[in-house]
Amino acid sequence: MLLREASLKRQTLLDMLFRGITRISAFGVLLLLAAIIGSLVVGSMPAIEAFGFGFLTSSDWDPVNDQFGALIPIVGTLVTSGIALLIAIPVSFGIAIFLTELSPRILRRPLGIAIELLAGIPSIIYGMWGLFIFAPLFADHVEPWLNDNIGPMPYIGPFFSGPPMGIGILTAGIILAIMVIPFIASVMRDVFEVVPTLLKESAYGLGATTWEVMWNIVLPYTRIGVVGGIMLGLGRALGETMAVTFVIGNAHELTQSLLMPGNSIASALANEFTEAYGELYTSALIELGLILFFITFVVLSLARYMLYKLGQREGKTA
Amino acid sequence: MNAQMNAENIANPKVVVKDLSFYYGKDRALKDINLNIAEKMVTAFIGPSGCGKSTLLRTFNRMYQLYPKQKATGEIILDGANILDPRQDLNMLRAKIGMVFQKPTPFPMSIYDNIAFGVKLYQNLGKNEMDERVEWALKKAALWTEVKDKLKQSGTGLSGGQQQRLCIARAIAVKPQVLLLDEPTSALDPISTAHIEKLIDELKEDFTIVIVTHNMQQAARVSDYTAYMYLGDLIEFGDTSTVFTNPKRKETEDYITGRFG
Repeated sequence: MLLREASLKRQTLLDMLFRGITRISAFGVLLLLAAIIGSLVVGSMPAIEAFGFGFLTSSDWDPVNDQFGALIPIVGTLVTSGIALLIAIPVSFGIAIFLTELSPRILRRPLGIAIELLAGIPSIIYGMWGLFIFAPLFADHVEPWLNDNIGPMPYIGPFFSGPPMGIGILTAGIILAIMVIPFIASVMRDVFEVVPTLLKESAYGLGATTWEVMWNIVLPYTRIGVVGGIMLGLGRALGETMAVTFVIGNAHELTQSLLMPGNSIASALANEFTEAYGELYTSALIELGLILFFITFVVLSLARYMLYKLGQREGKTA
Repeated sequence: MNAQMNAENIANPKVVVKDLSFYYGKDRALKDINLNIAEKMVTAFIGPSGCGKSTLLRTFNRMYQLYPKQKATGEIILDGANILDPRQDLNMLRAKIGMVFQKPTPFPMSIYDNIAFGVKLYQNLGKNEMDERVEWALKKAALWTEVKDKLKQSGTGLSGGQQQRLCIARAIAVKPQVLLLDEPTSALDPISTAHIEKLIDELKEDFTIVIVTHNMQQAARVSDYTAYMYLGDLIEFGDTSTVFTNPKRKETEDYITGRFG
């Protein structure tokens, strides 16, 4: 009897200890987040004081004269990530449909594993491959074609004209797309796989085609997971440093052409921190980091809001 | 055999099943089934689990075709054409043969869109016509009065019984000729079950109904003809009152009196 009480007491103690550890871990994350934001804000104070909101709209980047503006890297980050998603979302959707609905059973596992392996390749390898293999091929074969065929078109033409150099905004976007496809595709596949068979059969039973079932039933049913997967990919694209630095061209220039070199926040940081002399230069770079942080936060919030709106439109009362 | 003889007695069959066998890979799940489905009547398939009653039902709209290892041989004739013919257009077939499943499966969209979804696959109706069709289907499924003020709300917010009637409405909105019900009340409470059974009785004015049920009382209550199946064989087939009160085969009697199964 006594023994039992003792062990019970020990268990209660262990339980409390366990609860304490989990709580510390959870709150530790919050603390870490606050500390990082705090140090970014403190570090960027000199730049914020010097340039104010003008920092966001100025395209000057002149370390010699201590003039800094973030417009070019902000645009570069958003445009490369946008291109990446534009390519990656439909491709991933196709991959996920094939893997869950159309692929022969024996192909599913090897293909799925291959996609997960693709996600595991270090980004520097994508960068090297992009610079040494993809960019020359792109410059020789694709960019001239874009110049000739899309260049003369009204409205979209200017985006695709310019010297075929291989490196630039478009190349960075495509490399990013290749990098985020495995993330988005594997999340999509996972969520498509949990759709109840009966739900799909009901739609097939009405005479719907595979496409109609996927687009009208499976996609709405799994939209939370799908948007989550896309956000995971977008998060990676926004912050990707190494691969983008290799292929984006690292030029502080604002041009309409996607074939021209540009800069993203992450690549600017990677390139310039080592050579940043003076308080204001360093501070401007830190403020760039803060902006990247903020962009990611806004994007995630927008995604949440979009899901909420979708739910409302579908008529969920809860 | 008696089963076959009875089958031949049905005049004007809507669906004729001839020498139908079905395979899951190498396993033969249906063995030379022959039976006729009477038009605008309710035909019930009963039998213990694994007897092939659901498998038989799923050959009628070739649902098995989603799964590569499953195949059917023989013939199922609907309106003079063989359903199992590879040239048969699947989407058109499924417009003629609607199906309702064991569990309610509302689509993740509004009640209105749940009904309109199937109709849109085949017809290009204007807004007014579509409104009328949705109302017609919901009235047929005895759901209209309960949902007419919340057509824009999600179909997943309804109760289980309502969801199942929504699924029935969705199936009949396409105006099929045959309605397949695969244990439609197995996930429902007794009151909802009673609703659905009453509904089946009304629906047979317009549709030929085939129902799979594990509930013998249900088969006795709703069906005009009953087929008793066991291990892939059709043991006995005839009008429901005969099968239940005066079965010709010992196996059928054992099953319906509860001595077995």
